[in-house]
Formats: sequence, C-alpha cells, structure tokens
Amino acid sequence: MDNALWAFGRMSGVVSLVLFSVTVILGILNRSGRPLFAIPRFSVTLLHRNVSLLATVFLVFHIVALMLDSYAKLNVIDVFVPFLGGFKPFWQGLGTVAFDLVLAVVATGLLRHRLGQRSFRAIHWLSYAMWPIALGHAVGNGTDGTSKWFLVLAAGSLAAVGAAAAWRLSANFLETAKARQGGLS
Amino acid sequence: MTEILHIDWTRCDGRGLCTELLPTVLVRDDWGYPLALHATNGDRSNPAVSPGNVEAAREAVHLCPKLALSLAPQQAKSRQ
Amino acid sequence: MTTLGAAGPAVDTVRGSAGTPQLFAAGSNAGLTEHEQAFGPLSLESIDAGFIAVLEESGLTGRGGAAFSSWQKVAATAQGRGAALMPAKPVVIANGAEGEPLSFKDKTLLAHAPHLVIDGLLIAGRAVSASLLYIYTTPAALPAVEAAVAGRRDVRRIKVVRAAETFISGEASAVVNSIATGVALPLDNRRRLSESGLKGRPTLVLNVETLAHVALIARYGSGWFRGAGSERDPGTRLVSVSGQGAGQVLEVEGDAQFCDVLSSAGVDLSTVGAVLVGGYHGRWIRDLECRLSPSGQGENAVNPGAGVLHILPTQECGLEATARILDYLAHASAKQCGPCMFGLPAMARVLTAIAYGDRNPRLVLELERLTKLVGGRGACHHPDGTARLVSSALEIFSDDVNAHLLGTCTRTTRRAT
Repeated sequence: MDNALWAFGRMSGVVSLVLFSVTVILGILNRSGRPLFAIPRFSVTLLHRNVSLLATVFLVFHIVALMLDSYAKLNVIDVFVPFLGGFKPFWQGLGTVAFDLVLAVVATGLLRHRLGQRSFRAIHWLSYAMWPIALGHAVGNGTDGTSKWFLVLAAGSLAAVGAAAAWRLSANFLETAKARQGGLS
Repeated sequence: MTEILHIDWTRCDGRGLCTELLPTVLVRDDWGYPLALHATNGDRSNPAVSPGNVEAAREAVHLCPKLALSLAPQQAKSRQ
Repeated sequence: MTTLGAAGPAVDTVRGSAGTPQLFAAGSNAGLTEHEQAFGPLSLESIDAGFIAVLEESGLTGRGGAAFSSWQKVAATAQGRGAALMPAKPVVIANGAEGEPLSFKDKTLLAHAPHLVIDGLLIAGRAVSASLLYIYTTPAALPAVEAAVAGRRDVRRIKVVRAAETFISGEASAVVNSIATGVALPLDNRRRLSESGLKGRPTLVLNVETLAHVALIARYGSGWFRGAGSERDPGTRLVSVSGQGAGQVLEVEGDAQFCDVLSSAGVDLSTVGAVLVGGYHGRWIRDLECRLSPSGQGENAVNPGAGVLHILPTQECGLEATARILDYLAHASAKQCGPCMFGLPAMARVLTAIAYGDRNPRLVLELERLTKLVGGRGACHHPDGTARLVSSALEIFSDDVNAHLLGTCTRTTRRAT
C-alpha cells in the first residue's frame, strides 16, 4: 500500500506539472486572441480553464498521497507554509509556494465575475511565477528529479513554455496587432 | 424572451469570443471589435438577442476575457 | 491643434439680436446687485417638485447640444431615487465644460451672468430635492463663478469644480467621472445617470445656459418663456458665431431664420461659402434660408446643437476644413473604445487623402464605409457626432469631392497636387 501511495504521489506530481505547462501555453494562446486550428476561441478559453482545473486536481492528489504516505509524512503546515519541512526544506518549500499560488490563481479565476477584472488580472499574472517555481520543486525535490526521463520531460516543458512566453513578448503576438497598427497616431 | 446584450466599449478589447458564439448577432470589424449586425435606432452597443440565442449570449457574457458584456431583459435601455 | 479660426471667449461682444436680450439683461459682468435689479428677487422656497410641470409647459430643451427635453430629464432624476427605504438624494451639476473649440457662449454666460446660472442650479436642486450641487466650469470662467458663489449666502451647498480642457470633458458621464475621480473620460452607459451617477446617486447634468433659462422660467413663468421663439422651438438660445471677424455671442429666438442670425452678427452673406452648424459634431449647411431649430428636421430646419455657427469663407475648401476638424476629433478620442480609437484616425487618414490630392476614386466609398462602421458604437456619442460631420461634408461638398478626384479644387486657387 505504501509503495503504491508513494508511486502515485510522485506520478500525480509529474502529471500535474505537465498539465500546468499545457495550461500556461493555452493561456498564452488564449491571450493572443487566436483560435487553435479548428478549435474556436471560446473553446480555447474553456480548454485553458478545464486543463488548469484538472492540473489542480492532480496537484491535490499529489499532496494528499504524500500526506498519507508513511515515508514522506507531509503535514498540514508543510502543505501551506513553505520552507519548514524536514526533508530538503528549500525544494519542498518551492512546491508549497507553487501550491499557494495555484490556490490564489484558481480561486480568483473562479470568482472573476465577482472580483472584477483588475484584481483577477493582477493575481492571474502570478501564474508566470508559479510555473517556474513548480518546475524547480519538481527537479530539486523529486525522487525522479534527476533521472534521465524526467530531465528530458522537464527540458521539453521548459522549451515549450519558454517559446510561448517569448511569443507572448513579440510584436505581433495579438491576433489584431497588424490591423490595429497605425490606429493610434 | 428577447434580451439585450450590452457591450461596455470601455472594457472591450475585441478578442472575438462573443462573435464566435453569436454569429447571427455580432460580426468583427476591421480591428476585431464586435459589430452588431442590426442597429436599434442607430444604437449598436445594445444588440437584441433572440430567445434562441440567449443561451449562447449567456456563455459569451461568462467567457468574455474582459468582462465587457452584460445581458438584461429588453426594457433596460441605455442612458439618455 | 488646428482649430477653425480659433475663436476665444469673446466676452465683450455680448449683444442680443432681434428683440431684447433676456439672459444678459443684467448687463456685462453683472454682480449680485445688478442681477437682482434686472431680474427681481427669487423666491426659492416656493419651488418644489411642482416646478417640473411648469418646465414641461415651457417646452425648454437642453442647450448643451442634445436638445433633450429638460423637464423629462429633471423628472427622471426626481424619480430616479426609486422606492428604496432610505433613497439617496440626487445631485445636480451645472455643466459649463464647453470643450467644443468653436463654442464660447457658456464661458460668456458664466462670465457675465453667473448669478442666473446659480439661480437655475438652486431651482433645479429644489425641484429634485438634491443635496449636492456642483458647477463644473472651464478655467476661463472659473474666477467669475467662484466670485459669484462667494458673494451669495444661499449657496452653501454649491461646489465649484474646474473642468478639464478637452473636447469630451463636457459629456455628461465624463462630467460625473471628472467630479468623482478627476478623470474627465466618459463612462460606460449601461445605467442611466438619472438612476446612478455621482456617488451612485441620481444625477442631473444640465448645461449652464439651460439652467439660466430655468432661472427665468421660475421667475416669469412658462408663458413668458414661450413668448419668444416658435411652437416647435420656444424661448431663446445663445449662439457662438465665428469664422469671420471676432467671435460673437448672440441671443437669438428659437426657430430663427438662419440668414437673419448671420446678418445680425454683421456677416456679409455674399462671402459665406458654407456654415458649420452645431460645431465639430454638427453639420455643414449651404442653404441659408433654413431655420435654427432642434425639432422639425427635414422641414427646412437645422439643429443648432450647442449653438455653434462657424462660417467658412467662399474661398476656403470645405474638404480641407473638415479634414482638419476630423484630425482634431480623432486626437480628441478618449481612446477607451476600440471603434472610436481606431475608426476615427482611419477616417481622418482617408479624408485627408481626399482633401490633399489623392485621386483614388475608391477613397470616398471607403470613407462612407468607415463612417457607417463607427456609428452607434461607443460609451459616448463622439463617434456618432464625428460620423454626422463627415456625412454632411460628403453631401454638402460633393462638388468639391468630385473636383478633388479630378485633381482640382472648386475653392482654393492652389491646385490639389
């Protein structure tokens, strides 16, 4: 049983990381205002939201499994307050920070209509901090963190999210950028 | 029941979700902003949404990335 | 920024046209004494919601441009409190922003007859049971207004607020926004100001000239007000005449004959190529036989808007003049609403091309398309007013458009290149 929990805890963490990478990329695509091949814009928005919620579910699995696991023995305080853990406190703390950020981003995302655009947007920007912190936690803390398959996966994710972020900063990022050029004189 | 979809232009950024969801009500203009196909007394900021489109309009209000849309029963008109 | 014959506030050229001046009866720079001598005392205590019926009988319409029925606006605000247990008391704002470069009648009125505007504000305040009163004014008239308010005892509740000097600063929701936050930009108009405006209270924004008329109606009655003007356009109105000689403010009767107004302003009609009526959001007119009235469109009447009459001399090109104005309007956009932010500069580029020598015949169709595209889409009516100006220019100056497309111009000696 313990072995199963341990394996499940680790794997759900990896799945969550991959899903969060996809979420960030979908979010950037969403912000550009472009459809994804035949998938219309509103579906990209829904996909972004649903993948993010799925990622969060796996993140919760990851945490609960490691709380129940007799080897990891994660306690409630470690889940919410960073850098207090007994084992690799820094790397585990990164995971805690990322989890706190995920909670803030998800909660404000679900309450967007009540909070208003300004607060939602300010908090949502934290996603860009959350993702690299989560990746750092995975590499530094994970039992598989230094194994070859995981490093390949992490490098792939980094390349994909990095490329999306670079695109985000490029001049013609917005779908409407060209049409709106020269509009403001 | 027919409802009125109000576009808050001070928020709208022309991301195009509403025009996909309501192709018979809105199209996109040169710069990507929603353009009501039918004007009511010259007003194209408050297009009417027929009962068959109300569900899609609700979805548009919900998904608008800039929270620029709102839906209200027909009697609520714009300010004089 | 280019303005047409930039006419400053012509504060010493106040004079009435036919008949006696009503709004300026107290004379130039009227103080409280002259004001009370000329108009008699005002019994504010007798004013209550019943005054709205008097206002309805008078037929007064707003003099700020939209010409909306004043009593309806006041009544909507009085009812805007709704049926809440402790309804918020309304706010009344005297709007003297006058961001229109060709208009200076409000500045002139505030400089010479500030007490009449203050009277009107107090009366409107009582009619809707307001607890907050504001005078929102351009810096030019600020000293006169502040001095007038300081010299009266019955104005404790009036606050004087300096208006931003931008074209759109006088739009009703921009006025409310400016007073509330200091930002003179229009707000989204999903809720009416008469229901929820300043601080969420029912808010009544009336032009300062409208309030001056209110002050006279309260004193002399609606019948007296209807003694001037016509059935469809009762009372008098102030007009700002510019473009030929010094700018002038005239008080003219409602439904006045257009050429009479120009003649009494001393304009030589043979030198008039066209007249811009209603300002930068108005229309070009060549038919001087028409009448100035907000109602009766299509029946030989042209809407005076906020009372701007700007003369284009015969030797000047109307397309060039309109292109300059359109460029100004594009820059005046608050840049909040996409269709205005991108549509107006696009329109300005096309009209500038037509005016200054581009002979591509498709430009006219493109300008017409863009003009249709921006209409009815924005938090305020800046795109609508701009579209109106451009449509009238294309209609009135159609000969000039054809000439320009052939590489000539009907007006200027300089050939379009």
